[in-house]
Amino acid sequence: MRPDWSIFRRWEGLLLILLILIVGYNALSTPGYLTVGNWVNLFQLSIEKIIVALIMTFIIINAEIDLSVASVMGFSACMMGFLFAGGMPMEWAIAGGLLAGFVAGLFNSFWIGIVGLPSLVVTLAGLIGYRGLAYVLLEDRSIGEFPAWFDRLGQQPLIGPFPLALIVFFVLLIFAIIVLQYSGFGRYVYVIGNSKDVARYSGVRVRRTKMILFVVSSTVAALAGILYAARLGAVRGDMALGFELDIITMVLLGGVSIFGGTGTMWGVLLSVLIILNLRNGMGLANFSGHVQTGVIGVLLILSVLVPNLAGTVQAALKRRRARTVEVVAAE
Amino acid sequence: MNTIRRRFQPEQIRELVLIALIIGILIFFGTQIDNYFSPRTFTRISTSVAVIAVVAVGQTLVILTRNIDLSVGSIVGFTAYIVGTILSINNDIPPVAVVLMAVAMGAVMGSINGLLVAYGRVPAIIVTLGTLAIFRTVLVEISGANSVLTNELPRWLVNLPPVNAFTLGPLDIRLLFFLAVVVVIIFQLVVSYLPWGRRLYAIGSNPDAARVAGFPAQRIIFTAFVLSGALAGLGGFMFLARFGNITVVAGQGIELQSVAAAVVGGVNINGGLGSPFGAFLGAILIDVLDNSLIRWLAISEFWRDALLGLLILLAVATDTVIMNRLRKVWARHELQVSGDGEPPAEKGGAGYAA
Repeated sequence: MRPDWSIFRRWEGLLLILLILIVGYNALSTPGYLTVGNWVNLFQLSIEKIIVALIMTFIIINAEIDLSVASVMGFSACMMGFLFAGGMPMEWAIAGGLLAGFVAGLFNSFWIGIVGLPSLVVTLAGLIGYRGLAYVLLEDRSIGEFPAWFDRLGQQPLIGPFPLALIVFFVLLIFAIIVLQYSGFGRYVYVIGNSKDVARYSGVRVRRTKMILFVVSSTVAALAGILYAARLGAVRGDMALGFELDIITMVLLGGVSIFGGTGTMWGVLLSVLIILNLRNGMGLANFSGHVQTGVIGVLLILSVLVPNLAGTVQAALKRRRARTVEVVAAE
Repeated sequence: MNTIRRRFQPEQIRELVLIALIIGILIFFGTQIDNYFSPRTFTRISTSVAVIAVVAVGQTLVILTRNIDLSVGSIVGFTAYIVGTILSINNDIPPVAVVLMAVAMGAVMGSINGLLVAYGRVPAIIVTLGTLAIFRTVLVEISGANSVLTNELPRWLVNLPPVNAFTLGPLDIRLLFFLAVVVVIIFQLVVSYLPWGRRLYAIGSNPDAARVAGFPAQRIIFTAFVLSGALAGLGGFMFLARFGNITVVAGQGIELQSVAAAVVGGVNINGGLGSPFGAFLGAILIDVLDNSLIRWLAISEFWRDALLGLLILLAVATDTVIMNRLRKVWARHELQVSGDGEPPAEKGGAGYAA
């Protein structure tokens, strides 16, 4: 039986090869790289972004974008800090932070679903506006001194070697894979991303699907923001500033088309692993954080440019072959 | 009503509304803030609007073609820093050469974006998200974390911001603001009258039709990115002149401000609608609000960004809801005219692509 190589022609296959190369290189050059402790640490350093990347995958496959996630993270965490500093018990403050994210999501969905504005504009306004609300709440103060159990949840392992944020991520990941790849709702997300009109004429409730996604997106972002606050042990108006670019890069590098309709959760998972290992490897090799960001920027552009160029070359080759065949046939 | 219809296009009415809104905001803050209507307020607003206006014009050219340029903030920072460094090493470079150098540097970076978008067929949001990071990385790496300092710069540059182009009654028109206005006027004329400018609208409103019609879409999109980069380079020069002290994070956030100015000014994010003049008005509106909220004692200045976000939403919502209705009224009118056997009215201004 011939082995099935077709997976390597798909985007996920390329990502898998890249990942194996990077992990292999890191493992050979750094002893102790492949230990559980190092990998937990690896995830822990960007876990909040990865959690948001899961829901961002749904949004981009749906041919929309949510630029406001990082600001919602900051806004929700600041709301939590604000309520806590105002004397509310921590549990209620956390609920208040989550509620703030949920309301932000409802607000985004209203403008996108009911008024019908492009999500790029709505969430650009959200990016500026929710960040602004975070500053309104805390001005230039920083709020810390949370109860010890809260800081411990963010920083200490909860089950085995895994801290809470990592467990939240794994649960959400399994849930996201099931919903996106194996449920009716997931199929709708793809169908709408492929063609909004076709979806509507086929009886898919386009508006409702989009609105659900944006509410979930902001709520998940709020959860991530609170986890981030627990890890840092303090909240400030500018927390999670600029995270949206990293999050979107993770999703796009995973083979999700910015025009919607294509991409899988597996691809995004691979791209997350690549980015984490690449950053970690470059960090170990003493490259600054800025260089790491630059390299990921290059990778992002190449991830679309290379398949495009390959497609062009392939088409040209096919044309030439067709011409040769014609010539041979004519003779 | 008919005379209004014949005289104006919906887009021009939108610009009038924007002007009315700016005047309304000015009057409101005039009643709230002591000594608001002073030449100093005008100087303050006109100085800070200059940089963002120039960048927003470039952004408009790109958005008109249904693309977006998120790298302009990094280009502004890059040119401001590099030109500043070169000037602090060699104080004797003539001013004109300095400006040209900044513009050329921006154009080179813009052409990288343009090549990848137009010829590499990579979506603009991906390319410019990438170059946003890449240009900044290159800057941080070559800078070695040093800063450009005002006292190392030549005198003429440090003394440039308070120089007046001319005075208008009690108002001082600063040279940098005047430069920005000239840029706006030039590009307003370009997009209104030159074939290249009209094609920006054609490509943005229907890329497929533009290609079928035989427009060199790739070349036009490429040029739009080069110009956006060049204008960001000019913005970098103005940024350097205005602040003097430049760190490696200079210009961060200008990409979103320029998009916000364009969108508030009626440039449609889906391409094909809007004008540099509109983006200029959008930049002014945002800046007036910015500068006034800082001085308004009724609410904390921290409300600034929250209100700005809401303003963008309202501006775009008005655009989609009211403008669509207006355009329908105009279209119906034109349909009637052509139905009577007369040629449809000459379309002017930005209404071409509607």
